Amino acid sequence: MSKPIIATTSLAGCFGCHMSLLDIDDRILELVELVEFNKSPINDIKKFTKVCDIGLIEGGCCNSENVHILRDFRANCKILVAVGECALMGGLPALRNNIPIRECLEEAYINSVTVVGNEDKIIPNDPEIPILLDRVYPCHEVVKIDYFLPGCPPSANLIWEALIAIINGEEIKMDYDDIKFD
Amino acid sequence: MGQKITIDPVTRVEGHGKVTILLDNEGNIEQTRLHIVEFRGFERFIQGRPYWEAPVLVQRLCGICPVSHHLAAAKAMDVIVGAGTGAGLTPTGEKMRRLMHYGQIFQSHSLHFFHLASPDLLFGIEGDPLKRNIIGVIFENKELAVQGVMMRKYGQEVIRATAGKKIHGTGAIPGGINKHLTVEDKEYLLNGLDPTMNIHKMIDWSLAALDFFHDYHAKNRELIDDFSVFSSSSLSIVRKDGAMDLYHGVLRAVNSEGKKILHDVDYQDYDRYIDEEVKTWSYMKFPYLKEIGKKNGWYTVGPLARMNTAEFIDTPLAQKEFEKFKAYTKGKPNNMSMHMHWARLIEILHCAEMIKILLNDPDVLEGELVKKGQKQLEGVGVVEAPRGTLFHHYRINENDQIVMANLIVSTTNNNQPMNEAVNYVANKVMKGKSQITEGMMNAVEVAIRAYDPCLSCATHALGQMPLEISLYDAKDKLIDLKRSF
Repeated sequence: MSKPIIATTSLAGCFGCHMSLLDIDDRILELVELVEFNKSPINDIKKFTKVCDIGLIEGGCCNSENVHILRDFRANCKILVAVGECALMGGLPALRNNIPIRECLEEAYINSVTVVGNEDKIIPNDPEIPILLDRVYPCHEVVKIDYFLPGCPPSANLIWEALIAIINGEEIKMDYDDIKFD
Repeated sequence: MGQKITIDPVTRVEGHGKVTILLDNEGNIEQTRLHIVEFRGFERFIQGRPYWEAPVLVQRLCGICPVSHHLAAAKAMDVIVGAGTGAGLTPTGEKMRRLMHYGQIFQSHSLHFFHLASPDLLFGIEGDPLKRNIIGVIFENKELAVQGVMMRKYGQEVIRATAGKKIHGTGAIPGGINKHLTVEDKEYLLNGLDPTMNIHKMIDWSLAALDFFHDYHAKNRELIDDFSVFSSSSLSIVRKDGAMDLYHGVLRAVNSEGKKILHDVDYQDYDRYIDEEVKTWSYMKFPYLKEIGKKNGWYTVGPLARMNTAEFIDTPLAQKEFEKFKAYTKGKPNNMSMHMHWARLIEILHCAEMIKILLNDPDVLEGELVKKGQKQLEGVGVVEAPRGTLFHHYRINENDQIVMANLIVSTTNNNQPMNEAVNYVANKVMKGKSQITEGMMNAVEVAIRAYDPCLSCATHALGQMPLEISLYDAKDKLIDLKRSF
């Protein structure tokens, strides 16, 4: 049997969940024997080159590009796993959800104490940068998600155990500490 | 018709960015841009939260160096609770925080060098893109990969022992720290029985990494010395006596000739000296020194800049290497982008030495944790994060709620230098070429990667609201449609 193929991405996240994946430390040597990696920020595969078995999603959707990438992952991965608070529920970035986006924008580019020189009151708007959504959406509101790993970030152990369980077609076991987190 | 080249996403960096390069009919580079494509809105949504939440909330800007944000916010809150800055804390408070910080830089620099950048060195810039990653390194040079993995682990363990958790911990609080180091953790980190997990091994490995670099440098002088070189000013905090200090100090900037252009000023006044330009094509702002102006006032931060601003390093092994580094450019500021890797490795060694000193210090095991004084309504906290100078500035009201937050993160400080590097390398490798290869595109990324940008961090700014945005669910059913504001 060929190795299961894994893809990963970070949407509106902080890369902390990817860091927690790396916190499996020397078990990464085992992991590379067990699985093959496809599209991921840790390598230079920028577009899917084959259908993947497992897609790990960090972060929710805060802009049009996040939605596009998440749909691309759904289309190319048999199993999608939402990893961490932001993917599950929007997380800290979703604190902006009850604030008009215009206010956030003005705070950063016009009201800030270190944009005194922005006399023309420029706010970035180039077609090359993605447009923002009205609020931050959890992944399951955009595509179907198969598994959810809670935590900020989920512990390295949980990510490891969950990957092994999914590869073996077993149920993911979660302890109290995995579900109850700060 | 000219040609537009897009590198999207930039990989093996943290966060989201893309590069666009416009070529005219003759293949000349018309325009190059590194776009930061994310926005969070921290400055606004943190308003109304109680000040003591800031060190725990804002670190969620970034999972790579959360400790830097945690500590910069805590230092601002030290001022707010009247504990002063730096030396104002209790010895235990300052030393535990320093230990956490050195652990952080140790792990973050290790991650960058081994996991993200070493594949370019090992396989070559034009190497097989499928191999050019940490997994490729594991199969090609297992010893080097294991060393990187274990060094990162050690730094993360130092963070766990001081902050309570490897990622997004809670150790620093306004005015100090919430715990001592346990005797068990001290023993584990200092003289741990695991031969791959104690400070002596970390110092050995830090020296070995420098040997690896020197060996590589000797064989690849053109890549390391000439790949990307352009004049730049450098900015960082330094200790009052001019020593490198990653946790606390005064703000200093030097120009490309080594002349001081910011004279060891108190960072509480940072906004008197620094302003940010806003451009339409990136969510990331462009900081500059006010006195010099928008056009020429930009500067570089991070490991290379710190080598240029500091006069010496206060630990013996790193100092020895620092002298070699300075001698290479005859004492002048070093503006070779790829020497950032060398500078980063010197800092790894310095951090390992500092961790050893602090683990042996009795103050981390016992002593007063927190200090408080007269409440203030405003505070600025600055640290040297792995990627460079990090500014946090808050104001609160009488109810202890945050009413203003302004952040200038390390990678934002490096916005213009990264754009300069992209332009330099694009001109060098793509100009006049009839075909643009993957290797040429990776060369541009290598130039960006040298800065170890954390684009997650740099995304607290915000773009213009879409005129119309439609959100569909998995079955292509429209679930939301918004027009204008």
